[in-house]
Amino acid sequence: MKKSILEVAKVIRSKNCSPFELTLDIIFRDQKDYAAVKNDNQINAKRIADLYNVPLSQIHKVIYFDPACAVKICMARPVPSGSPGDSDVYGAQQHAPLLALSIDV
Amino acid sequence: MSHKEFKILSPTAILGYGFPVSSFMRGINQQPDVIAVDAGSVDPGPFYLGHGKSFTDRTGVKRDLQYILKEAIPRGIPVIIGSAGGSGAEPHLQWCRQIVEELAAEENLIFKMGLIAADIQKDLICQAIGAGKVHPLMGIDPLTEQTVAGSSHIVAQMGIEPFIEAIRQNCQVILAGRAYDPAPFAALPVSRGYSPALALHLGKILECAAIAAEPGSGADCVLGILKDDCFILQALSDERRFTRESVAAHSLYEKSDPYCLPGPGGSLDLGRVVFEDIGSGQVRVSGTEFIPANPYTVKLEGARCCGYRTITLAGVRDPIMIQNIDAILTEVRRRTDQLLEKQQISGRLTTHIYGKNGVMGPLEPVRTSSAHEIGILIEAVSDTQPQADTICSIMRSTLLHYGYPGRIATAGNLAFPFSPSDIQTAPVYEFSIYHLMEIKPDDILKLFPVRTVQVQGARL
Repeated sequence: MKKSILEVAKVIRSKNCSPFELTLDIIFRDQKDYAAVKNDNQINAKRIADLYNVPLSQIHKVIYFDPACAVKICMARPVPSGSPGDSDVYGAQQHAPLLALSIDV
Repeated sequence: MSHKEFKILSPTAILGYGFPVSSFMRGINQQPDVIAVDAGSVDPGPFYLGHGKSFTDRTGVKRDLQYILKEAIPRGIPVIIGSAGGSGAEPHLQWCRQIVEELAAEENLIFKMGLIAADIQKDLICQAIGAGKVHPLMGIDPLTEQTVAGSSHIVAQMGIEPFIEAIRQNCQVILAGRAYDPAPFAALPVSRGYSPALALHLGKILECAAIAAEPGSGADCVLGILKDDCFILQALSDERRFTRESVAAHSLYEKSDPYCLPGPGGSLDLGRVVFEDIGSGQVRVSGTEFIPANPYTVKLEGARCCGYRTITLAGVRDPIMIQNIDAILTEVRRRTDQLLEKQQISGRLTTHIYGKNGVMGPLEPVRTSSAHEIGILIEAVSDTQPQADTICSIMRSTLLHYGYPGRIATAGNLAFPFSPSDIQTAPVYEFSIYHLMEIKPDDILKLFPVRTVQVQGARL
């Protein structure tokens, strides 16, 4: 069954994990939904690269974290935090494309 | 060796963010062995490190310190502050020290204070570069001597060792420059024989105060109780509780990897960590391991001035202009560049368009926006302020008056909220150094020397 990520996640957020890297977290409400996503690797580097329309090489890591039923993505910031041309010093408002994700549970 | 419990009171996530007095006093009444606070971060960007200013408000910092010192000093509870002044370089450390000394005079508090600087000398870093001992972290180029010379402030994150030395010298208050976030929390218990892995992991959570609780807050106090084989987290407010989920989720926050947390001297391995609800809104955590690193590395942070900035903020309400904004801005840019070239002025011009892609810039997936108004932020950066002023003013006036094809509102294209429309911001900085430097453990106390002062209370 296909569900919108908004139906199954309680947290969807972005933040800098360094001045040069952005980290995205999706925390699932239900362990079963998380397991279904993890088992089929439904949230993966290619999918995120396509969502953000960036080369695959800009997606550095995708990590499934069982203790929190969460998936974490690390990707390059377009511009280092606070450098001229930056649009989001903290990187806290870059998560919106994730809201378009749908998953199979 | 078995110990009794060791209690760490964490009043707030960043010194200056505040906390409810009731939570703080509840923590004090538990007779903590130490009060520790993280006072800084690189989150707010490079300006504060580069320019030597605190990103935290002086009134807020003084208010927090007043409560902390007034309760801690008479009770003999040590107070340990890391990354003082927000960025932890010398001006930030002195700024925080002044506040502490002001409070000591006002409240007649007498104590021995340790000051630990985190500034690293440029020639030392250049030597390390030459010896191949400096390595870039993700996203930055290898470090050059030129970059080191051009950086205004360079600090390294100290681990627990300098704090332990200050404790050994009987300092009751310790103000440190840039420090590894958990170090102020972990130093005292580790010096008494508690597990470094558990102490550092506890410190990682406590440095965020109640952010790891439910509902989370950076402005509320929490208590960490360290035992031989685990630690316990306890909220100090009735409206918050720790849960297994909230603590586990915190391992994700602001980190690139929830399983492995690197720091000076080694990494925390969370692969076998167990989070357990133990009732009363408390969580027990166990299973953390510490993997020592060889060589010992410290993280260097530095910023350099890369120009001066002038901005204009203006709104657009005309739907024809909004619909054609991309083409309009392209033509306005072309004319601006032409005029600037004639005046031989160069710099960097960025237009942020709120209502279209101001927040996400190149990452914005939405291509067509149906906003009825947009905000345009013109940002001009150049080598001198006068040049930045000129670039901004030429772009602004060209955009204001440009007669784009199909225009019917011919009196002016922009709505300025302010007079003057053009605003000089502070000098612009960028992070120039974000590297690991190998050091010898024997050199740690030379790199981060402890100075002590006797604070005398009220002047008579």
